[in-house]
Amino acid sequence: MSTPISQANGSMPASSAVRLQGVAKGFGSVLANRDASLEVATGEIHALVGENGAGKSTLMRVLAGMYAPDGGRVQVNGRDVTGWSTQDAIAAGVGMVHQHFMLVPTLTVAENLVLGMEPTQGLRIDLAKAATDVKALSAKTGLQVDPSALVADLSVGEAQRVEILKALYRGARILILDEPTAVLSPPEVRDLWNVLRRLKADGGTIILITHKLDEVIAISDTITVMRAGMTVSRFATAGTTPRDIARAMVGRDVRLTGESEETTATVVVGDGAGAERGALRVAGISVKSDRGLSAVNNLSFEIAPGEILGIAGVEGNGQTELLEVIAGLRAPVSGSILMGARDITTLSVRERADAGLSHIPEDRHRRGLILEYSIADNLILGRQHHFATRAGLETARIAAHATQQIQAFDIRPPIATLPARALSGGNQQKIVIAREMGRPFSVLLAAQPTRGVDVGAIEFIHAQLRQARNAGKAVLLVSADLPEVIGLSDRVAVMYGGRFVTVLPAAQATAEKLGPFMTGAAS
Amino acid sequence: MSEPNTQMKSTGELLTVPAVPPRVAGNTLLENTLPIIVALAIAAVVGDLLILTFGESPATVYRLLVEGTWGNAYGIGQVLYKATTLTFTGLAFALAGRAGLFNVGAESQLAMGGFVAGVVGMLLPAGTPGALGLLLCLVAAAAGGATVAAVPGALRARFGASEVIVTIMLNFVVLALLNWLVSAKIHVPETLHTPPINSGGVPRLSDLFAAFHGSAANWTIIIAITAALVSWWYLFRTRGGYELRAVGLQPDAAEYGGISVPRVIWVSMCMSGALAGLGGLNFVLGYKGYYEEGFAGGAGFLGIAVALVGRNHPFGILFAALLFATLSQGGLAVNALVPKQLTDILTAVVILAVATAVPEVQRQLRAAAANALAAFTRASAQRLATQRPSTKDDA
Repeated sequence: MSTPISQANGSMPASSAVRLQGVAKGFGSVLANRDASLEVATGEIHALVGENGAGKSTLMRVLAGMYAPDGGRVQVNGRDVTGWSTQDAIAAGVGMVHQHFMLVPTLTVAENLVLGMEPTQGLRIDLAKAATDVKALSAKTGLQVDPSALVADLSVGEAQRVEILKALYRGARILILDEPTAVLSPPEVRDLWNVLRRLKADGGTIILITHKLDEVIAISDTITVMRAGMTVSRFATAGTTPRDIARAMVGRDVRLTGESEETTATVVVGDGAGAERGALRVAGISVKSDRGLSAVNNLSFEIAPGEILGIAGVEGNGQTELLEVIAGLRAPVSGSILMGARDITTLSVRERADAGLSHIPEDRHRRGLILEYSIADNLILGRQHHFATRAGLETARIAAHATQQIQAFDIRPPIATLPARALSGGNQQKIVIAREMGRPFSVLLAAQPTRGVDVGAIEFIHAQLRQARNAGKAVLLVSADLPEVIGLSDRVAVMYGGRFVTVLPAAQATAEKLGPFMTGAAS
Repeated sequence: MSEPNTQMKSTGELLTVPAVPPRVAGNTLLENTLPIIVALAIAAVVGDLLILTFGESPATVYRLLVEGTWGNAYGIGQVLYKATTLTFTGLAFALAGRAGLFNVGAESQLAMGGFVAGVVGMLLPAGTPGALGLLLCLVAAAAGGATVAAVPGALRARFGASEVIVTIMLNFVVLALLNWLVSAKIHVPETLHTPPINSGGVPRLSDLFAAFHGSAANWTIIIAITAALVSWWYLFRTRGGYELRAVGLQPDAAEYGGISVPRVIWVSMCMSGALAGLGGLNFVLGYKGYYEEGFAGGAGFLGIAVALVGRNHPFGILFAALLFATLSQGGLAVNALVPKQLTDILTAVVILAVATAVPEVQRQLRAAAANALAAFTRASAQRLATQRPSTKDDA
């Protein structure tokens, strides 16, 4: 099972677009890749799967010329290109779309796309031509974005589209996508699949890094599984089940979303007091976006203690603004927010946290963590006033708290002084989860709690959310992952254009039913 | 460091290797000091070449430089005196820098601190106990510097105005204001300084150690070292420092963590200004006993270099202040053989080399540039938006 694949030596057709052999890459004392081999045929969609930290991104960065490998060989279209530069890679038609966007926020979409290869008119950049080019490419690929919008104002999903367009604009024929769907809603994912199929039909080669096994099955032709820096298995997609892949990834059986043993909607409500009043009540909330447009429109709902309300919907329909308003990060135009009987509408972020509001933010790199801070320091963010006296920070207590949380939430590596930046995505998210759920709270806002997190950690996070619900907490869950929303929630609301267009008990919610509401086709 | 590696060995197990290598700038003392050592080496080579162009022997000139600074008690005293002011301005820049701010106004904050301390010392009745007088002057200097820095702090916190531009412009305003106050209102005739202080004077080091005789070194240096210790404690051991650094590293995450970002920006600018203002004590209370026009003499700007080389760390700043003070004093020592501007050039080379080599300095410079650029982009985007008929709101 876990034996490294010895590639069918030499028997591969000469038409392989990419051939990596025995690639090794270390960073200091950490080996990210060792003996990693990958064979991608021209014109196929190849899925590269593995847990966070398995070395997928590193391997692809070696292919894209960002890292020079310490050992092994890299061949593209039959040519040995080991150790080439990103410029060489782009010139040879290898484009990579990164998990974390590499866009200039203060420039427009069109400006970002042409950056580095601007169409010029004399010394001036021909922005009109850039915009036209971008529109044409958008139309051709079906990736819709407003070329004149500032990247800083885009939603995560829109920024992702810009990244893909950017690679295509540079003439990528071998396109590497690092977790492209982590930020997309189901309709957007479908659109992306269509785009990828179109590219494939056009002779393009696509390498897809992903955690989502159903996607792997849906779109790929071939699958390579990585574990602990090595490529461990290779499957033809046809005839492979998600369970096979998961086992190869983790090295043991795991429980997958949708197979949860209990998703009963009728959980016994709290313990009497305040039960008939929602633990979280939002009444007539209206919010404006950063661009001053209406983002949430006179929205009212309540969540009972011991209930998970899931919000499904295409990104950019007011979910972000709604959570920011409840968390106190954004002021509402009108309306009120109550926790139990207490009106928290005008309380500060800190006062809300002290009142029992926990918040897992959607973007852990921007909001959820201070990447340069140690694990221990990140574990007290938002609660630093509880870990300080007049004499300063209580370093001993902070360290003890970290040791205990690291153990309780299985954060790895378990070194409290390590900066958060040094951890894998899944373990970074565990820091956030540990901080927000490892303390007393009555209401939890969970935005994209499993985005960019590996299967093992997803299982863990889901269990934590269920446990919180069963302990009588009110949970507001926002996720772009529809099976996750349906699988975890007691009720599912679909948000479109700043309103809830439908609210269904989870038992009745299916992707087919919710889909039309998410795209605005039904209301 | 070896821990993740050992876990790699069990291949069949759930992996525990971090995806991103734990490579963090400033992890070890060597990583911290190496760029500085390289910078000094580069400066030495450039210095060699310059000295050769004057037809002198580098060895002779460097020996003279060392002898004139660390070779005798007077030289050491002068270095300590200069390092004292530089410690304050370096700390001022570093504290703001840790909050993500670029305080280029230490020059005028230093001048204002010295002026207010001088005026308070002058106004005190002659019989005031020395300790009380010193305390009052100290508070006055801190308040003077803080007041000057509060303006760019408030503008940044309230309106997002670039503190780089506001502090630079305010330097001219404040220095001109002080110039006018002294020359038109309270100077001693025929001079450009205020009447002497009546109380609050800080004794010279030479009062205790006769060897320092003639040098300006005084006990303000103890206040400077204390300021460095307090700054370190504040930055790394208090909730305020935790929040200040959080704002500097990731303002969005700080906001999420319940920290009022505008408040931290304003408060850290004020503290930065107070530190710069305290630097005025060295000259006014410790050396001359009065405020004199132009005493700051660029020490505020050199504080930026001190903070860069000291890597925004209070203890690093103590050493960097000694380094730049040595170069400054050394310029006078070698003046007989080569122009004293030689050491100015060496100072510049050190700054350039450090700015190129140290990642967080690059980041800080980039952040300051991006901040100014973003303001500019926003302004032009708004101008564009108002020029063409708006179509977005229909969507």
